[in-house]
Amino acid sequence: MTRRWFWPSFALPGVAWLVLLFLVPTYAVVAVTFGTVDPIFSQPVPVWNPLHWQFAGMRSVLAGLEPGHAFWTVFVRTFAYVALSLLGCLLIGYPVAYYLARHARRTKGLLLVLLVIPFWVSYLMRMLAWIGLLLPDGLVNKTLMDVGILSRPYGWLDGQASSVVLALIYGYVPYLILPLYATLDRIDRSVLEAGRDLGASPIRTFLHVTLPLSRHGILAASVLIALPMFGDYYTNDLISNSPRTSMIGNQINLFFQEGTQRTVGASLVIVLSVFLALLMSYYLWVTVRASAETKESLL
Amino acid sequence: MKALRDWFANPWGQPRALGAITWLYMVWSIVPVGIAILFSFNDGRSRSVWQGFSTRWWWGDPNNSVLHDPSLRSAIEQSLRLAGLDMLIAVPLGVGLAIGLTRWRGYGARPVNYLMLFPLVTPEIVMAISLLLVFVLLYGIALGTEAQTLGQVTFSISYVVIIVRGRLLSIGPEYEEAARDLGASQLGALRLVLLPLLYPAIFAGFIVVFALSIDDFVVTQYMSSGQSTQTVPILIYGAARGATTPALNAVATVMVVATLLSVGLAYFVYRWSARSQPATSGNALNEIAALEM
Repeated sequence: MTRRWFWPSFALPGVAWLVLLFLVPTYAVVAVTFGTVDPIFSQPVPVWNPLHWQFAGMRSVLAGLEPGHAFWTVFVRTFAYVALSLLGCLLIGYPVAYYLARHARRTKGLLLVLLVIPFWVSYLMRMLAWIGLLLPDGLVNKTLMDVGILSRPYGWLDGQASSVVLALIYGYVPYLILPLYATLDRIDRSVLEAGRDLGASPIRTFLHVTLPLSRHGILAASVLIALPMFGDYYTNDLISNSPRTSMIGNQINLFFQEGTQRTVGASLVIVLSVFLALLMSYYLWVTVRASAETKESLL
Repeated sequence: MKALRDWFANPWGQPRALGAITWLYMVWSIVPVGIAILFSFNDGRSRSVWQGFSTRWWWGDPNNSVLHDPSLRSAIEQSLRLAGLDMLIAVPLGVGLAIGLTRWRGYGARPVNYLMLFPLVTPEIVMAISLLLVFVLLYGIALGTEAQTLGQVTFSISYVVIIVRGRLLSIGPEYEEAARDLGASQLGALRLVLLPLLYPAIFAGFIVVFALSIDDFVVTQYMSSGQSTQTVPILIYGAARGATTPALNAVATVMVVATLLSVGLAYFVYRWSARSQPATSGNALNEIAALEM
């Protein structure tokens, strides 16, 4: 007979670790957000008891989120960059995943290896590579000048929104392609053949069969890369390093690295987390609804 | 014209345009890194203008090469030290959690399953800040190697759980039940039957944690205590925009080579050991690739 505590006891150390180093820390952010600030050292003083929470700090941060105020611009900019990067990632990633899943034959193994390599090359190294290319005397400027598009070096790294978006696309697109590939690879070929047999053109088959069947995979992969993108600050720091392109992650990082306004930083972390939680819930809701629909259609 | 239309309409034909996009993407995603590696062998101080081949930034230069610059060496050492510590702690915790969660049929299993997924979807900056606040304000843990390890283990555990649990589910409970029927104790069945079946997954867990640790920037930076606990990604972040030498590229290259070698090794070991085992799900390459998701 299995002893009741045999299996849970294996999980216990891991659970304890996650409680102490994930749950409690998360609550610490809340306690700092609704806590007070030491007037002499201007250090945050957490308030652990919800009954004694102070809401003034959060209120002023939320006021800053209204149109025209300090954080509004940063939030809108973050949205715009993430949306554009996501669009770029999908435009590049979908055809690649589609080709890998449907058409690559002899070269498939090689292509999969090439696809996976960026996962194992440090993100910072990949950004470092682009900094080298985008420097005023780098290869990008040199090539563009050689073919006559530019007459003098362009300052790619001097706070250009376009460079930041391109860097985000470059950084995150591998994380989109792999799950998309898995989704497309699972689509039953006979469904496509049926579409063709019934007289649909390849494009119609794609639009009416493949695309709807991969809709959920597209959503999942997009959420997967949007979450880290919303918290990204290093790509921006490396490629632009200018307040003109700063995103919400940069704003939070600034408050913490300079160390003077940690309570404001913590409030922004809470705002960001709540927003991302909503994004996740939407995704989960769509997933649950989709699986319920599948079940219904099977019955 | 008809031939063209037939060629286009053939559902099994090769769409050249898609193939071209795919290959262009592969070139675009890998060549920049290749160029950065190449520039670590540049003869001049520039990271963007090629001035001839030399190994000066690797070992030639008596002050600024990877071999002789103490700050570069210490960054590599710190990266490897953290990776080692992370592997030593996160893998046993993750394996235990995976075994416990798969076999445990109680009320507690469900919330823990959710809890384990959160570190995977939390942006790193959120995790780093919560750890920073709790270490400074509640636990009184000084920043440095210790805090960096605690932080890295926290986000590594979930990956180990996912890898090992995938394997556990594909193995199923039958082998253990057979062992129990043949008289093995519960612990004996676990040690003699289940654990050996899990070796490939545990090994994959080690490699993935190694790569996660080497690659990590945000948590490691927030938990660092200045120069002495600088890792290679922190070094790159601090120096990439400044007037640094190709030695920076060389340091980054060391880490890329270390990771790719370990992953390559993992791939072969995984394939070799999974061959002699029951119920392997799918292609080992896909599995290893999916690990970092």
